[in-house]
Amino acid sequence: MAAVQTTASIPTRGKIRDSAGDRIFLGITYILLSLILVAVLYPLIYIVSSSISSPQAVASGKVWLWPVDISFAGYKTVFSNDQILVGYGNSLFYTCCGTLISVILTVAIAYPLSKKTFFGRNVLMMFITFTFLFSGGLIPTYLVVKGLHLIDTRWALLLPNAIFVFQVIIARTFFKSSIPEELNDAAEIDGCSDIRFLLSVVIPLSKPILAVLTLVYAVAQWNAFFDALIYLKSQHLYPLQLTLRSILIQNFSGGNMDASEQVKRQELAYLMKYSLIVVASLPVLILYPFIQRYFVQGMLIGSIKG
Amino acid sequence: MKAVSVQPQTGTRERSTSKNYWKEAKKSLRKHWQLYLLVIPPVLFFILFKYLPMANAVLAFKNYQVTKGIWGSPWVGTKYFDMLFNNPQFWTLIKNTLFLSLYQLAATFPIPIILALLLNEVRSLRFKKAVQLITYAPFFISTVVMVSIIMIFLAPRLGLLNVILNAMGMESTNFLGDPTKFRSVYVWAEVWQTTGYSCVIYLAALAGVDPSLYEAAKVDGASRLQKIINVDIPGILPAAVIILILSVGNIMSLGFEKVYLLQNPLNLQSSEIISTYVYKIGLLNANYSFATAVGLFNSVINLILLVAVNAVSRRISENSLW
Repeated sequence: MAAVQTTASIPTRGKIRDSAGDRIFLGITYILLSLILVAVLYPLIYIVSSSISSPQAVASGKVWLWPVDISFAGYKTVFSNDQILVGYGNSLFYTCCGTLISVILTVAIAYPLSKKTFFGRNVLMMFITFTFLFSGGLIPTYLVVKGLHLIDTRWALLLPNAIFVFQVIIARTFFKSSIPEELNDAAEIDGCSDIRFLLSVVIPLSKPILAVLTLVYAVAQWNAFFDALIYLKSQHLYPLQLTLRSILIQNFSGGNMDASEQVKRQELAYLMKYSLIVVASLPVLILYPFIQRYFVQGMLIGSIKG
Repeated sequence: MKAVSVQPQTGTRERSTSKNYWKEAKKSLRKHWQLYLLVIPPVLFFILFKYLPMANAVLAFKNYQVTKGIWGSPWVGTKYFDMLFNNPQFWTLIKNTLFLSLYQLAATFPIPIILALLLNEVRSLRFKKAVQLITYAPFFISTVVMVSIIMIFLAPRLGLLNVILNAMGMESTNFLGDPTKFRSVYVWAEVWQTTGYSCVIYLAALAGVDPSLYEAAKVDGASRLQKIINVDIPGILPAAVIILILSVGNIMSLGFEKVYLLQNPLNLQSSEIISTYVYKIGLLNANYSFATAVGLFNSVINLILLVAVNAVSRRISENSLW
C-alpha cells in the first residue's frame, strides 16, 4: 500500500525527530488502518465484481476480486422483473414525498423552538424530547395507525415516523446559532410577519441545514423496511426494501434442486442477487459524496450544546 | 462536548410571578400568532403518533376485544404481566436480548474510538480522507441489503468465508444455522457497518483539542503513545461518556430489523429477542394485550436504565444528558 511508504518521509518533516519507538508506532498505525480499509472495501468490491460477471463464473466461485467473463445478465434479469420495478417506483415516491413532509414538519417545529419570543418553548421542547426516552411500543402504535384507517395505504409509510426528534434538535440549534436576532428585529420593525420572515429570510440562509435534513430523511426513507412490513398488505404498494427481502432473503436456499435444466435458471437467480444489491443501493451510492459531507455536518451541529 | 442536548434551558427563563408570566404569554401569542400556527401540525404529529400510543399502552392491563375498542375492553389488572413473568420463555428472551446487546456494546463502543485515535496519528491527509470516506460508506447500506450480503458471504456452500475455511483445510460451517455463532455474526457485521460512522464524533472531538497541549507534550518529550494516553483520550472522554450513556440506555431496545431478518428456525434459540417476540405474538398471532405488556415492560426497563446511567455519570464525570 502506498500509505506505508509515506511513513519514511515523515520524521524529517517535524522539528523534533521522532524516536525509533514512535516510528514503529506510526508504522503499526498505517498497517492497521490499511487492514481496516481492505476489510471494509473488499466485500463491496466483491459484490460489484460479481454483479457484472457471468452466471457460471459466479455460481462456480471463480470470482475473487475482479469480474470474470463480464456480462450484464444479472442486470437484465433485475430490470425485466416487474415486481422490482414497481418496488423501485414506489420507493422513489415514498422517498420524495416522505422527505418533503418530514423536512417541512421539522422546520415548522424547530424554527419556533429557536425563537426567544415563542412562549412555552421549554415546555414544548420537553414534550418532544420525552418521546425520545419513552415510547408506547409496537402494538399501541399499530392500533393508532389502524384507528386512523391508514393500514395498507401509502400514508402509513409517510406519516407515523415523519419527524425525528434528533433532527428537530439539530435544526433548532442551527436556527438559534446562525440567524441573528437583530435581523428579525429589523424585519419586525418593517412589518414583516413571522412566516414571511421564515420563508424569505431564514430558509435562504439555512441551506446547509436543509441539505442535512433532506439527506437524513431521504436515506432513512429509502432504506426503511419495518413500517412497510407491519402496515402494508397489498403488493403494489410495497417499497423496494420489502421486495428485496422476498427475493434476496426469503428465497435464499443453499439447497440444491437437481433437475439439470434448472441449473441455468438457478445460476441466474443467484447472480441476480448481486446485481440487485447494486441496483438497490445505487441512489444512495450516487449521492454518497454529498451524503457523507452533510451527515458529518449534521452530527457536528448536533454535538454542540444548544 | 455534549453529544446530545435534550434538555430545555431552564436557566434562561426569567423569574417572574405567574401573573406576569401569563400576561407575557398572551402578548407573545397576539404578536407572534403565526409561530404558534406553525407548530400545530408537528404537535399534532407528536400527539397522534407518540403520545396516543403511550395512552394506548393501558392495553397491557386490559383484555383487548376488537368490538369494544381499547377503552371499552375490560380491565384484567396485571394478568398479562403475570403471564409474562411465569412464561418459561421469558428468561430466554431477556438473556438473548441482554447478551446480544452487551456483546454489541463491547465491540461497537471501543472500536470507533480506536479507529479515531489511529486516524488522528496519520499525517497524510489523503490517506486519512480515503479511510474515512470508505469506512463511512457501509453505514448507508439498508438492513435488508446488509443481511443479504451477510448471507452471501456466510452461505454454507458458496459463501466466501467457507471457501476460505475449506482452502485452509477446515470444515464448512453453517454460520447462520448455528445458535452459538449467531451473536458473533450479528455483532461483527454491525462493527463492519457502523465503525466509520461512529468514529466521526470522536474525530471531531480530537480536532477540538487545544493544540498547545500537543506542543507541551512534544516539548516534554512525550512519545506518541504517551500523547494519546495523556492528551487524546482525555480530549474525547466527554463525547465517549455521552455515547456510552445513550448505548446503555438503549440496551433493551436492540434493532428489530436485522435480528428478524437474520433469524431462521435453526438459530432461533439464541436469536429470539424481545422485539422480535413482540412482533410475532402481537401482529402475527394478534395477541395484542400480551404483546403490549411485553413491549411496555421493555420500555420501562429502558427508561430506568437511561435515568440510572445518566445519574451515575453525572456523579462521577459531570457529563450527562440532562
